[in-house]
Amino acid sequence: MKIDHSLPLEYSTKQNGLNIFGFWVFLAAEIMLFATLFTSYFTLEHRVGSGPSGAEIFEITPVLIETLVLLTSSFTIGLGVHAMRIGNKKAMMTFFMVTLLLGLTFLGFEIFEFVHYVHIGAGLQVSAFTAILLTTLGTHGAHVTFGLFWGTAILLQLKKRGLTPETANKSFIFSLYWHFLDVVWIFIFSFIYLKGMM
Amino acid sequence: MEFFQRFAIPNPSLAIYASMVAIGLTVIAIIAGLTYFKKWGYLWREWLTTVDHKRIGIMYLISALIMLFRGGVDAIMMRAQLAVPDNKLLDAQHYNEIFTTHGVVMVMFMAMPFIFAFMNYVVPLQIGARDVAFPRLNALSFWLFFFGAMLFNLSFVIGGSPDAGWTSYFPLAGNDFSESVGTNYYMLAIQISGLGSLMTGINMITTIIKMRAPGMTLMKMPMFTWATLVTNLIMVTVFPVLTVALAMGTMDRLFGTHFFATTNGGMDMLWANLFWVWGHPEVYILILPAFGIYSEIISTFAGRNLYGYKSMVASMVVISALSCMVWAHHFFTMGQGALSNSFFSITTMMISVPTGVKIFNWLFTLWKGKIRFTVPMLYSIGFIPLFVIGGVTGVMLAMSAADYQYHNTMFLVAHFHNTIIPGVVFAMLAGLTFYWPKMFGFMLNERIGKWAFWFLSIGFCLAFFPMYITGLDGQARRMYTYSEATGFGPLNMVSFVGAGVMAIAFALIVYNVYYSVRYSPRNIGADPWDARSLEWATHTPVPEYNFAIEPQVASSQAFWDSKKKGHELFPGKLEKIHMPNNSGVPFIMSAIFFVWGFSMVFSLWIPAIISVIAIFACMAHRSFEKDHGHYISVKEIEETETKLRGAN
Repeated sequence: MKIDHSLPLEYSTKQNGLNIFGFWVFLAAEIMLFATLFTSYFTLEHRVGSGPSGAEIFEITPVLIETLVLLTSSFTIGLGVHAMRIGNKKAMMTFFMVTLLLGLTFLGFEIFEFVHYVHIGAGLQVSAFTAILLTTLGTHGAHVTFGLFWGTAILLQLKKRGLTPETANKSFIFSLYWHFLDVVWIFIFSFIYLKGMM
Repeated sequence: MEFFQRFAIPNPSLAIYASMVAIGLTVIAIIAGLTYFKKWGYLWREWLTTVDHKRIGIMYLISALIMLFRGGVDAIMMRAQLAVPDNKLLDAQHYNEIFTTHGVVMVMFMAMPFIFAFMNYVVPLQIGARDVAFPRLNALSFWLFFFGAMLFNLSFVIGGSPDAGWTSYFPLAGNDFSESVGTNYYMLAIQISGLGSLMTGINMITTIIKMRAPGMTLMKMPMFTWATLVTNLIMVTVFPVLTVALAMGTMDRLFGTHFFATTNGGMDMLWANLFWVWGHPEVYILILPAFGIYSEIISTFAGRNLYGYKSMVASMVVISALSCMVWAHHFFTMGQGALSNSFFSITTMMISVPTGVKIFNWLFTLWKGKIRFTVPMLYSIGFIPLFVIGGVTGVMLAMSAADYQYHNTMFLVAHFHNTIIPGVVFAMLAGLTFYWPKMFGFMLNERIGKWAFWFLSIGFCLAFFPMYITGLDGQARRMYTYSEATGFGPLNMVSFVGAGVMAIAFALIVYNVYYSVRYSPRNIGADPWDARSLEWATHTPVPEYNFAIEPQVASSQAFWDSKKKGHELFPGKLEKIHMPNNSGVPFIMSAIFFVWGFSMVFSLWIPAIISVIAIFACMAHRSFEKDHGHYISVKEIEETETKLRGAN
């Protein structure tokens, strides 16, 4: 493959450019996916049947912690990509690892939250509201989980193969994905939790 | 034994047992044939593992034709059942299953792969590219579609077909009213092939935006490429909506959630809305590529530039935007109030404006042209008046107040077949005839092709025009029979005859393929139609790398200009070409998806979980694999080029 050194490493081959562009299109599809979930959530939000409503089950503390943890991870992966741009592989890998650890923490809290919901009688099958709540949160959580495995795979490749046009490309695309999950979480935080608690 | 009872057909009949035997015999025949002729290796190396957009296109084409047959048999059975009043040929359950599978097969597994076939085969050639942006993803798209289609068709012989209509409205599609696993098949099979469609969308957008030949600006792209771009933008926008809707439907059926149930807060109309937010744009996903094909064909056989290129592009973009704003017109009668109905009524009528622009552009392209009445051209010219009738009845249906008379009647059935058959099916057959020589190196026989066209057109009019009348008189769709007192009998008999005439047309097309394989001359050159765009500028058969030298483009008719105005298409010199490697992973991964889908249908959780792990293992394999593709050396290119030039 021809390598164009005038461009950042992650854009340096033709296929790299295609991959990044294609991933942006994929993210557009992901936006539609979450938009559909949010639309369904707003439709079913007050249709609680005999189950609890959002105001009855939401608790601010774990949600705030989740938010802080995830937003910090978006910052650290930004630092990671910056380190990649200046060619500092060690710093990059450290920041990516911190990102993944923060992601894992987030996931831990979310699993705890889910167990709690089921425990207090807000399981998946209780009402339309609980179903769409857990599905929307769960879809985001599943994306984070996938990201953890994906990020680990990229870290292993970085370690073994170093900073090549391919690994740089993968890392950059992964950072796009991770930022996107943060954006989705901001919407979840604002329009599911905060709105629900008001 | 109890374990196996779930796989039994809930409503067996002689026809289903006969099909089981036929399917079994076909599978045995294919396996025996491949073994006897020692073709397993060839099949695996050249087709199952291929990432070549041309071969993938041909595989889409073959799948689409097989599914056309399956959906067509369903159609004939429906018309036969309705041919006379109080007919006992099929019972209500069987009829429900048939109209459901007819709809799903024709939309998802016939029309979609048919347009994908042309997108895959033609678009990279039209823009002067070597392949699509992500060749392996393209293979994955195809195999996901293929195994999705296989899963859906399996329902017929294992567990029972879906029977809640191709729209699968809840609560009818819920467990209470659809007890068999049929609707599980619907949810999961469409989910799997829908993932493939989404990937195709991402692939095609990237290819068209990023990989055009030098000089080909957006406004110099051939019209089919434009149609593909707009179509794929719609696909990426709306397929995720279907993904979510199907996931929710699956959860309602398998995990006991209450998204679309009538209890515990569930909302059945949410399904209807989500389904049509995808479903209405879906019909434009089908018709826009068809418009693109007509544009190519009409301009080629009128011997003129396409009239109003810019307005053609603009109208497609407007259609794509409007297509996402009309979904509620599918349920005007379901009580969302006068304001919503008026809004969706007006947006629906507005679509006829850009569509009208396109119709006039085609007519003006024909104006003063030296028209050659070839088979593709006949389909294109037949399309214009027939499609206009479908469009006009569409505007009738768009009037929400009047819709209370038409809703769910045969009038509606006549309308959408009147747009889909002359619109999409004619375009696919026109495109098939038009691109056949590029794909296979010989022409389809024109005389048989013309016979097929006339049978199809006349059969179509006979089959569907009577439905407008019976529909207005109140014949409901999806009713398996009617009494003699309704007076619908004679017109339904005409429809049945029309369906038979259409069947003859399809038989003629099959015969035409056979006849042409045997008798058509093979020395047709690279440009048998005297066409205008880049796909005709390379050899027939098209070499693996498409173009030995990257073409230079200066107009939307680059090849025509090179023939008539001395435009130099290939000014560069030969260089080694980078090509992607074949891979068996897309096939294997999609096969695992099939196992996953099948396990989910029957709630077999352990195999389902194992398959999910296996799917992720395939993705991990892809991530860690070192695959840099391969180069074709200048010497090899020269050898191929000399050989192909000699062949022509």
